[in-house]
Amino acid sequence: MNAMITISNIDKVYTGGFQALYNINFDIQKGEIFALLGPNGAGKTTLIKTICGLTTPSSGHITVNGFDIIKDYRATRSLIGLVPQELTTDAFETVWKTVSFSRGLFGKSPDPNYIEKILKQLSLWDKKDNKLMTLSGGMKRRVMIAKALSHEPRVLFLDEPTAGVDVELRKGMWQQVRELKETGVTIILTTHYIEEAEEMADRVGVISSGKIILIEEKNKLMKKMSNKEIRLSLTPPLSAIPSSLASYNLKIEGNDLIYKYETSESHKIYKLFELLKIENIEISDLQTHESSLEEIFVELVKK
Amino acid sequence: MNLRGVQSIYLFEMARMWRTLGQSIASPVIATSLYFIVFGSAIGSRMKEVDGVEYGTFIVPGLIMLSVLTQSISNAAFGIYFPKFTGTIFEILSAPLSYVEIIMGYVGAAASKAIILGVLIFITAHFFVDVYVEHPFWMVFFLVLTSITFSLFGFLIGIWANNFEQLQIVPLLVITPLTFLGGSFYSISMLPPFWQKVSMLNPVVYLISGFRWSFYGKSDVSLEVSLLIIGCILLTSILAIRWVFKSGYKLKN
Ligand SMILES: Nc1ncnc2c1ncn2[C@@H]1O[C@H](COP(=O)(O)OP(=O)(O)OP(=O)(O)O)[C@@H](O)[C@H]1O
Ligand SMILES: [Mg+2]
Repeated sequence: MNAMITISNIDKVYTGGFQALYNINFDIQKGEIFALLGPNGAGKTTLIKTICGLTTPSSGHITVNGFDIIKDYRATRSLIGLVPQELTTDAFETVWKTVSFSRGLFGKSPDPNYIEKILKQLSLWDKKDNKLMTLSGGMKRRVMIAKALSHEPRVLFLDEPTAGVDVELRKGMWQQVRELKETGVTIILTTHYIEEAEEMADRVGVISSGKIILIEEKNKLMKKMSNKEIRLSLTPPLSAIPSSLASYNLKIEGNDLIYKYETSESHKIYKLFELLKIENIEISDLQTHESSLEEIFVELVKK
Repeated sequence: MNLRGVQSIYLFEMARMWRTLGQSIASPVIATSLYFIVFGSAIGSRMKEVDGVEYGTFIVPGLIMLSVLTQSISNAAFGIYFPKFTGTIFEILSAPLSYVEIIMGYVGAAASKAIILGVLIFITAHFFVDVYVEHPFWMVFFLVLTSITFSLFGFLIGIWANNFEQLQIVPLLVITPLTFLGGSFYSISMLPPFWQKVSMLNPVVYLISGFRWSFYGKSDVSLEVSLLIIGCILLTSILAIRWVFKSGYKLKN
């Protein structure tokens, strides 16, 4: 795989002196779905705006498909579709006109069939002649997506695309994002819904206070960080851990015995149960727990 | 060159004019008609001629300039201020458009509207007074040049303004007084010598003078000086806009 976007040594200091990004360096691969996670104010939007040419970096370079975003801005911007975080629409325009306008703005010749297709995919077709001010928030969000897709971008930035979109439509949007990926579009999304990243992303980047603190393939990240847990309810409770079980990472919590282990140690579970039986420890209930990306994330940001 | 992008902005802005037909066309035309009635008939009946031209006829070029100037500025200022205000400007700034192309779209539309308006007032004037044009080429030239120059100026105001109040304040407090004192309704030579000198500091005097010369062959200042002054305003606006886009002033943080 080769890089679609290369970010090198990017710093961003806003006028007023606030530094929002510190020496950002990473690549986004062609055709991947990259999720950028981070708490409020981490710098996600700032980074996206910088790549799209809406703010100027204080130092560093960014290339998109090999083109410099400043020197070859026409080439890079033609490739990029952006769905910003804020809903900003021309209240008095119709859905159809505003989406067609976006296509023209990017220099593409009119293609009503294509616009029809994306409006249908986004369940906006029956609203095509409605003025934007008559749409609901979730519909406006989808209009923003339609606008971003109107010029057939190769890179799509979705800055919290599903904020305010209901569960069913959100699922539909995920499906659509996957379909876009199939056609080779590179997708960068930011989200506060960790399950979204977990569900969609190939790779995850975590940003906090303007610094990238982790970039990892999602599966590896889940595996690496995933601490599993078995919680056994005992009758009667244990007062101390028997010495035969000393090699296990066990903890007593009230009536419960908690076993924490990593995925690689799962083969030891069988043995543990055997030992428990030998010790005559009776189990009345059992719960398992696997840490989600959300917990991993919270842990990372806390550090 | 992303001509299709320019065209999109241009048509979008022109569409806004049709949507707000009353505000952008009807009200200036009605206002001008009122000027003809009040100034042309009431004052004109007492003051027969200025520079050998009948008073009602004399004020036509000034009235056209008055509307063209204010409308160029307010159209262009509003045109760029509004997307800045609503946030939709993000799309313009992230599109593969150079700043020259963005300006061509917005300023082109604002200037077009002003020109259309100027022509409408010109036509309206015929219903009230005799109007003739001695130098049609120069008349069109002044009309187009003034529209473009002041649309550029308005564009700058739109970028600079942080709220609707600031958007109105320059046209209201600077441009309107300058146009009223710029000889729309009188010839500078009718003023006492001291005020004649003061008037020479008012750039609008040169615009109206040049424009009126293209109609009736009579002017307060020479054609060359008029052209020079408009050229200077145009150049200043261009340089200022160039700086705005290069520095990202109020557009990119
Ligand atoms: N125009 C600006 N001028 C000054 N500071 C800014 C500006 N825009 C953003 N910031 C600051 O930069 C930091 C990063 O903001 P940014 O919008 O990139 O965060 P984010 O990660 O997108 O947050 P969220 O999840 O809330 O959208 C914040 O501290 C914010 O206050
Ligand atoms: Mg954000």
